[in-house]
Amino acid sequence: MSMPDDLTPWVPRLRRYARALAGNRDDADDLVQDTLERAWSRAALWRNVADMRAWLFGIMHNLHVDALRRGRLAVVALDDDTPDAVAPPPQAARAAVLDLQAALERLAPEQREVLLLVALEDMAYADIAHTLGIPLGTVMSRLSRGRERLRLLLDGAPSVPGGDAVRLKVVK
Amino acid sequence: MTSAAPPPSDLPATEAELHAFADGQLTPERAAEVQAWLAHRPDEAARVRAWETHKRELRALFDPVLDEAVPPALQRASRRPAPWFGRPALAAAAALLLVLAAGGSGWALRGAHDAPLLAAAPRANDFAARAAIAHTVYAPEVKRPVEVDAAHEEQLVTWLSRRMGAAMKAPHLQALGYALEGGRLLPGERGPVAQFMYRDEAGHRLTLYVSNEKTGGAATGLSNTDLRGGGDARPDTAFRFASEGPVNVFWWVDGPFRYAITAPADRAALTQVSAEVYRQLAAAQP
Repeated sequence: MSMPDDLTPWVPRLRRYARALAGNRDDADDLVQDTLERAWSRAALWRNVADMRAWLFGIMHNLHVDALRRGRLAVVALDDDTPDAVAPPPQAARAAVLDLQAALERLAPEQREVLLLVALEDMAYADIAHTLGIPLGTVMSRLSRGRERLRLLLDGAPSVPGGDAVRLKVVK
Repeated sequence: MTSAAPPPSDLPATEAELHAFADGQLTPERAAEVQAWLAHRPDEAARVRAWETHKRELRALFDPVLDEAVPPALQRASRRPAPWFGRPALAAAAALLLVLAAGGSGWALRGAHDAPLLAAAPRANDFAARAAIAHTVYAPEVKRPVEVDAAHEEQLVTWLSRRMGAAMKAPHLQALGYALEGGRLLPGERGPVAQFMYRDEAGHRLTLYVSNEKTGGAATGLSNTDLRGGGDARPDTAFRFASEGPVNVFWWVDGPFRYAITAPADRAALTQVSAEVYRQLAAAQP
């Protein structure tokens, strides 16, 4: 890969993904800045980079994970195995059902990442595996869990297919 | 509803295929089969539709970020940084850059005194050799690479400052991919020296070795006034580089302090770290 002198073309997409990942503008732009700085610090490696997007988003992923570990970002950490704590909406269904951004923030970070790379970047599953450094099967299980949890949070739908309870839907 | 639906070829769609269908990542042939399969399974079809809806909503929510004006800090960070030797603070030092390639002489591990190169080189080479030895001794440690870890950075810095008799500071190299692991106190030539240890994602360690021992040849010795006098331009204030196999050392003198960066990293990377350390320490000075 050639070595550009300018990563500007990547910035809007990195910002979009970071915003969705971090949930607010300041943390997101900090993440983008750290990503760019680290990318430049490793510019010597670019000739070995076949997929610049996977490389840049991979750097962002690593920095984000570091930040989560340090607890710098406020998140609700739910791991893959945490049972969904969201009960079907009771009486006040509207209040219980979350809007999209709030629902996104309640996903496990690793599910959120996969979901966002699919939704925002239209990234092929294999590229996501490469970007995040995880097996393809893990990509698929995180995507599946993330989507079902999102559906549950947004629509109050059952996470198990085939459930036939009447669900309330929010009309936006 | 197609009455002429393909014979429910019931090659059942897997969960993964349903996602791939929603994301347009199936071959056209398989996508058609999955579509036909879904036609008879309203529950599954509803799930897939919900995924597609959420995907569209996510785009609608975050796509506006694409059109936002990019803040100046990010504009700057997008462009290739000036090479470190182009930065004014370092230009003078760069002019004096001296490269010492120790080649296969093995000085770093064997001890300095028998390496022919060292006989002719400035005494600072002893310093670089000690830094390299300290690195090779402690960097492979799995359990106890440091005496005080980064979680107690404040205590570490307080402790080292007290023992060194000077304000110490652990530079932050996160932006360059190195996280602080902690530090330790070591015996130097005549007194304590400090070692800060960092680690990159791949687990490679980098050490910063700091000494404010009185310099000068052990035999000749320099006068104390010379050593203590503030702000004298020392003749050996320069960045220097040496390599020994996979370990490279970059070191310099700044006032009463001597610094060495050691890591199994290439010279460009080490140069960048050194420039950053220099910058941070310079910024910390009153």
